[in-house]
Amino acid sequence: MKTSDAVLIAESLKGRFAEGTYSRRARAVLEHRRIAFKQGHWIVVASGFVEPILYLFSFGYGVGKLVGKIQVTPGHWVTYAQFIAPALLATSAMNGAIYDSTWNVYFRLKYDGTYKAMLATSLGPLDVALGEIGWALFRGLIYATGFTAIVMPLGIIKGWYGLLAIPAAVIIAFAFASIGMLYTTYAKSFAQMDWVNVVMLPLFLFSGSLYPLSIYPDWLRYVIEALPLYHGIQIVRCLSLGIIQWSLLLHVAYFVVMIVVGLTFTTKRMRALFMR
Amino acid sequence: MSTIGPAAGGKEPLIIARGLRKEYGDFTAVDGIDFQVNRGDSFGFLGPNGAGKSTTMRIIAATLTRSGGDITILGKDPEVRGPEIRAHLGVVPQQDNLDNSLTVEDNLYVYGRYFGLSKKFIHGKIEELLAFAQLEEKRGVKVEALSGGMKRRLTIARALVSEPEILMLDEPTTGLDPQARHILWDRLFRLKEQGVTLLITTHYMDEAEQLCDRLMVMDKGRIMAEDSPANLIKTYSTKEVLEVRFGSDRNAQFADQLRSMCDRIEVLPDRVLMYSDDCETLLHNVVSKGMQPTTSLVRRSSLEDVFLRLTGRSLVE
Repeated sequence: MKTSDAVLIAESLKGRFAEGTYSRRARAVLEHRRIAFKQGHWIVVASGFVEPILYLFSFGYGVGKLVGKIQVTPGHWVTYAQFIAPALLATSAMNGAIYDSTWNVYFRLKYDGTYKAMLATSLGPLDVALGEIGWALFRGLIYATGFTAIVMPLGIIKGWYGLLAIPAAVIIAFAFASIGMLYTTYAKSFAQMDWVNVVMLPLFLFSGSLYPLSIYPDWLRYVIEALPLYHGIQIVRCLSLGIIQWSLLLHVAYFVVMIVVGLTFTTKRMRALFMR
Repeated sequence: MSTIGPAAGGKEPLIIARGLRKEYGDFTAVDGIDFQVNRGDSFGFLGPNGAGKSTTMRIIAATLTRSGGDITILGKDPEVRGPEIRAHLGVVPQQDNLDNSLTVEDNLYVYGRYFGLSKKFIHGKIEELLAFAQLEEKRGVKVEALSGGMKRRLTIARALVSEPEILMLDEPTTGLDPQARHILWDRLFRLKEQGVTLLITTHYMDEAEQLCDRLMVMDKGRIMAEDSPANLIKTYSTKEVLEVRFGSDRNAQFADQLRSMCDRIEVLPDRVLMYSDDCETLLHNVVSKGMQPTTSLVRRSSLEDVFLRLTGRSLVE
């Protein structure tokens, strides 16, 4: 009797690393998201794109008039708009990734049965986690690219290094999406999901986005430096202002840890939730 | 349509379970059961809610680990070869989990992609499946606009996109109106004719009688009996049943007298069931002894009676 294509494909993975967990098909999950996006989800994404632009014009030009120039490294002065633009970019990458990986994932997890349907096929939990996080990352990429396309002609972000802000935003989005999805797999109620919003706004306001951390007392500075958005803002700011230093690798390492932790435990949680 | 699933052949065992157990803390959902499903079978798990049917189905579908015993699906252990086993199966869950924001066609498409199937293959398959599910005119419609019966048919069509050898249906017609149920039964019957192995859980005896050629009656995680529907009725019940009602208070009052008149009786809150191969004569005897029921009904025995006999409880409570 004839063996179906689906079985042949599944059998071809026999003996490969993590075969029961990962079927090397996260792209099928991404494709699902892309089709859903084309059928109407794009409007939500568009609204998130406009937000940092509004901040930039209001704060950058309005408040910027009062603030004057800011010193980023000894002797290196930038306009206020130049100072906050990288922070806005990093924050929008974070917001896009978090929104997708928390609220959207929550509905698919609890109400739509999306993951239950996916895991009834030959997909594994890592395919689902990677696909979903990959989509959130893609959203971060769209935001970062759009924002850069608008601010570069205005001379706010300059030079080749400025373009590196885009891959930086992707790493930021990846890291936040991984942790966001992990949190969501533990959330039991809307109230717990609301905490995401409660955390996000202060994270943006106090992570050195609108003013340098040097105005804080030491202890508070250490707290902020332990939080993820600070590192995101630092990467994008350094790159867009052409400040290339070793500490950039440290910031990247911070995000790599977030990604590894997020992905590993999200996969474990998906297994625990749907394939005990 | 040529083939939706591979053709049947012989009595090849597809699923073999021995001493299968599942415990959740102190609660035993499946209590050491043995069963075997052969290729081409239409195998039903019949039992009330909480009998362990869905748990058993999930263990077969490699989405739940067992606590003890052994099970193989096409010779493979679900805990080791999960994705491979799921590639052999078409799963129709109790609650539809279609993507409501996508069209009918796209739902089939994305599901096929989960199995890694090629675009070309899926597009060909979609035509076949839309015809099978009688949804050709709805192909471009978003799922949220479909009726309950259409969604169910689409869920079944979706499960067939990978050409599974075993189609698993968990309570396939719960919540559907009678007309939608009959359309669905007709579709499932066609699959059975094509040799697809069907695994069905249900708490509807008419559904079990319509669709299954072998039934496993389950209660509290155990197998109470296993046979064809006709043989189960032959073994555990009489040919006919007489249902008599005397009014709530008097049902119990006459019970002893009624019991002596036939093979067996069951006293339910609203009526008494009397088991005999000749119920017309039995009814005549009841009346002639001066017990005048307010209503009486003679019917043939059903799986409901089998279940009552085996467990002392009704199937649908």
